[in-house]
Amino acid sequence: MHEMSLAEGILQIVEDTAQQNAAARVRAVVLEIGRLSHVEEQALRFCFDAVTRGSVADGARLDVLATPGRAWCMPCGESVALQRLGDACPLCGSYQLQVTHGEEMKVKEIEVA
Amino acid sequence: MCTTCGCGNGETRIEGANPGEHEHVHADGTVHRHTHDGDHTHEHGHEHRHADGTEHSHDHAHDDAHGHDEAHDHFHHHGHVHDGSVPHHHEHEHLHVMPDGSVVRHAHAHEGATDLHYGQGAAHAHAPGMSQAKMVQIEQDILAKNDRHARFNREFLAERGIFAVNLVSSPGSGKTTLLTESIERLKASIPVTVIEGDQQTTNDADRIRATGARALQINTGKGCHLDASMVERALERLQPDENSVLFIENVGNLVCPAAFDLGEAHKVVVLSVTEGEDKPLKYPDMFRAASLMLLNKVDLLPYVSFDVAKCIEYARRVNPSIEVMQVSATKGDGMDLWINWIRLHSVTTRHARDQHVAALKHRVAELEAKLAERH
Repeated sequence: MHEMSLAEGILQIVEDTAQQNAAARVRAVVLEIGRLSHVEEQALRFCFDAVTRGSVADGARLDVLATPGRAWCMPCGESVALQRLGDACPLCGSYQLQVTHGEEMKVKEIEVA
Repeated sequence: MCTTCGCGNGETRIEGANPGEHEHVHADGTVHRHTHDGDHTHEHGHEHRHADGTEHSHDHAHDDAHGHDEAHDHFHHHGHVHDGSVPHHHEHEHLHVMPDGSVVRHAHAHEGATDLHYGQGAAHAHAPGMSQAKMVQIEQDILAKNDRHARFNREFLAERGIFAVNLVSSPGSGKTTLLTESIERLKASIPVTVIEGDQQTTNDADRIRATGARALQINTGKGCHLDASMVERALERLQPDENSVLFIENVGNLVCPAAFDLGEAHKVVVLSVTEGEDKPLKYPDMFRAASLMLLNKVDLLPYVSFDVAKCIEYARRVNPSIEVMQVSATKGDGMDLWINWIRLHSVTTRHARDQHVAALKHRVAELEAKLAERH
């Protein structure tokens, strides 16, 4: 359950930002989570609720922007969609793929009150 | 273009708001603002019953560019007559599929007064100019803190010419035996230090210490992986020798340790032939994060059904550049290759450090010469 560590990391970023903005409450947290990243969204939501309890972000809404995976296919010389790591190029079937998008794990913004 | 409200794409982006944000006036006069891209119509109705027995419904629907998933929950909390002049609150959670395939899941909560739905901030401000909250842009990696510690560790190691390997695998792949055998082969020429990660016990560190190498056990308790700050603290206590080799034996887990950079030069994944050959496909994150896969216990190949070629093919599917070595820590097969890999990297690390030190000395000499000119 590394999602717990990730949730703690999120809370830390959120708390720091809230403090810098003299915010009493955090209403929402917006994340960008790539489809190819190390995150299981439901587990992260569960952990987020657990770690934010009693914090400035208690009860905050969690918005998750799931960015699709993309890779550069060497044989095709083209950028292609990639659903999962280990999948083949949808055009040529090759595995010579360099992941370019979808590994993001970011706190994009928070909404404070 | 939206056929209900006439809105289009490319509207001004409010701080934190999505493009395509727009406002609807519902049949009952309530104002509802939300965001999405693309052409669409609005038409999905929902109905709710108020405490006083009155009912009302309003419509919105979304065609083509996005859709709500089936589990579209609406919660309405009304303790009053909904005559359009009394504050009310309702929440609903839903999923938008954007034109680029990305998915946004969010909940709306509307806390309204006199017909205006006050949304939860800029992105969902349901009354223009009346947003009571503000969005703060952050754009920070969730693992930023871990990565800061990892950077510190990497510098600490580079300054001292220490080559660090983060050994990862599932429990029982033979990591600790591989380590003790490696130490036996290395210790005459290179000092070796070990950081051992396990949830509990000092058994592994004890086994390492029996070889004469210095080892420090980190018990993660309930934790499933080592993180960079744990390693930073371990390095402070261990103070590994300059120009040495540091092995970090991570917690036996093929999932979580993949995400955490410890400041190592390479992650090395150990997979034993008593496991399934499809593990690289089952746990792609780890095989993608590793530079080298050690296929361990190859002496048992005659007794197990493990397809080596397939396993390597699977590993290269998720990581085309992964190196592979077949070893048996107990019988010695392939160990020379692995030990040479460590020696080579250790020499390279030392060399990089020597070059760095030489460059610094050169710079100091230059500055001293400049200083001497002034006197």
